[in-house]
Amino acid sequence: MVRNKRHDKLFTGLVFGTAAYTLLMVGLVAFSVTKGSLDIFTEEGIQFITGSDWNAVEGRESFGAYPYIIGTLLSSAIALAIGVPISLAIAVFISEIAPPRIGTPLSFITELLAAVPSIIYGLWALFVFRFWVRDLIEKPLYDAFHGYLPFFAKTPFGLDIFTAGIVLAIMIIPIISSICREVMRVVPDSQREAAYSLGATRWETVRMAVFPYVKSGLVGASMLGLGRAIGETILVTMIIGNVVGPSAIPTSFFSQGQTLSSLVANEFNEASSELHLSALIALGAILFILTMGINIVARLLVKKKMKVSSGAKAQ
Amino acid sequence: MNSSNNYRDIVQETVTKKYKKRLFVNKLVTIFTVVCVIAAIVPLCSILLEVVKNGISAISFDFLTQPQGSIGSGSGGVAPAIQGTIIVVGLASLIAAPIGVLTGIYLSEFAKEGTFPYLVRFFNDVLTGLPSIVIGIVGYVLIVLTLGSFSVLAGALSLSIIMMPIVVRVTEETLKIVPHSLREAGYSLGLSKAKVTLRIVVPAAKNGILTGIVIAISRIAGETAPLIMTILGTSLFFTGITGPVDALPLRIWRLASQPYESAHAFGWGSALVLILMILALSLGLRYLVLKRSPYKGIA
Repeated sequence: MVRNKRHDKLFTGLVFGTAAYTLLMVGLVAFSVTKGSLDIFTEEGIQFITGSDWNAVEGRESFGAYPYIIGTLLSSAIALAIGVPISLAIAVFISEIAPPRIGTPLSFITELLAAVPSIIYGLWALFVFRFWVRDLIEKPLYDAFHGYLPFFAKTPFGLDIFTAGIVLAIMIIPIISSICREVMRVVPDSQREAAYSLGATRWETVRMAVFPYVKSGLVGASMLGLGRAIGETILVTMIIGNVVGPSAIPTSFFSQGQTLSSLVANEFNEASSELHLSALIALGAILFILTMGINIVARLLVKKKMKVSSGAKAQ
Repeated sequence: MNSSNNYRDIVQETVTKKYKKRLFVNKLVTIFTVVCVIAAIVPLCSILLEVVKNGISAISFDFLTQPQGSIGSGSGGVAPAIQGTIIVVGLASLIAAPIGVLTGIYLSEFAKEGTFPYLVRFFNDVLTGLPSIVIGIVGYVLIVLTLGSFSVLAGALSLSIIMMPIVVRVTEETLKIVPHSLREAGYSLGLSKAKVTLRIVVPAAKNGILTGIVIAISRIAGETAPLIMTILGTSLFFTGITGPVDALPLRIWRLASQPYESAHAFGWGSALVLILMILALSLGLRYLVLKRSPYKGIA
């Protein structure tokens, strides 16, 4: 019995220790990011966020992250604008429309899509998909609108913010749609049955009985997708065009751009000075704060929904 | 008589008209959802098709066993990258899998409620959402700067931070499904909590936990961004855990940015090798491990 107790204590200590390790890791990430970017923030201050010069030549060093923040936000916004409606539609199809015979294999396929490494998305986007985008989407848009709408006014080339946004959308669709599906599953069937019994069509049931019930969960799912899109690195690096300095501020959807993460990936191994490295790590720091904030809000939204609904189910 | 009939007709007509419109909208939405599903499947098919089509012609015995020849020559292979991926991912898994599983056990068996487990769970989720390139910074600042060299160790640490939260999540979820009666049976025999957990609950959930670990390994095997900042990538074989090493995703990226056709072919070849490795891992799990589990079907 005594031995049992000692075992228990030891084991409890062990699992508690590993749990503490998880928290320690978050601390380590925050610590490393802060330590690495300290140099540049003491050198440039707030200028680092608002400036748009990027000059690594010794003696004339000047770093500003503004164009890449804009590039990150714009490419992610395009990804969300395309990805969210499609993800929702897929979730609705799988969980509300398709019979399990079709729905189950389909959800397996979308999971498979989530398992493809982003480097392979990148390879495919660079050598295959960008030509589809250029010829099938960008050229027609350019031909139709370039006279009137400034954001389509640039001869499309295929390596630009728009392409990056579309490929990001493809990448986040499986993530968003599987969380949406999960959230929609907690809607009690009585909710649907009530709508059907009033004579609602399937779409009306989804729109008026399912969506409102899990609205915050769906928003949370989209935000998790946004977090992924903002942080995605290698895929974006391969197709966004990689320009540096003030010209990286996009003037149209078809501008070549740069995101926070792609600039880090591009220049990290060629960084010539301490300050340059520090500036690159500071881009990571901005990403860290951005995604941390988005994630925290998103998790709270999804979690709240799950909790409320499991309470409702128990009744 | 006549006018009331007329009135009924009008009502009937508007109702049918509205109803038809609603049915039409319903049909339209259904079609839209189907189109979206197809739109999501097309890229998957195209990716697999292109990787297999372009990759298969690049793969040869030399490709799998030789280091890279001179740039642009199209000779040699990507063996150091294959070796590096196995070493870095293996080492990361050795760190992350035990810690992840134990943390999952803590959350599910030892501390369901309270501030500390809540914090662990919450920040574990937050960790899942952090961009991998940010996690690469940890390996760089803590290990590369300390050792003064890009190293396997730094890469493994970074990848383990990406892998751990996934394992924690899956372990916790799986352990939760294990029926309570199993635990009670253990306690009624006078077993300690540690014994009940390790001998009864965890074995019952073995399949789910192993599947989670394999999913997490496949996830980190495809990571590129953190490796740029930690293992650097070389064209040489492994020299020690404090030295730089190559990895497949990193090699694919470098090859894709070279202007040579032969480099691109190598890139596709490497992509195929990477996919096959991930596939082999999950198929291996399915056929070698899961089939033999005595507790099939519980979790």
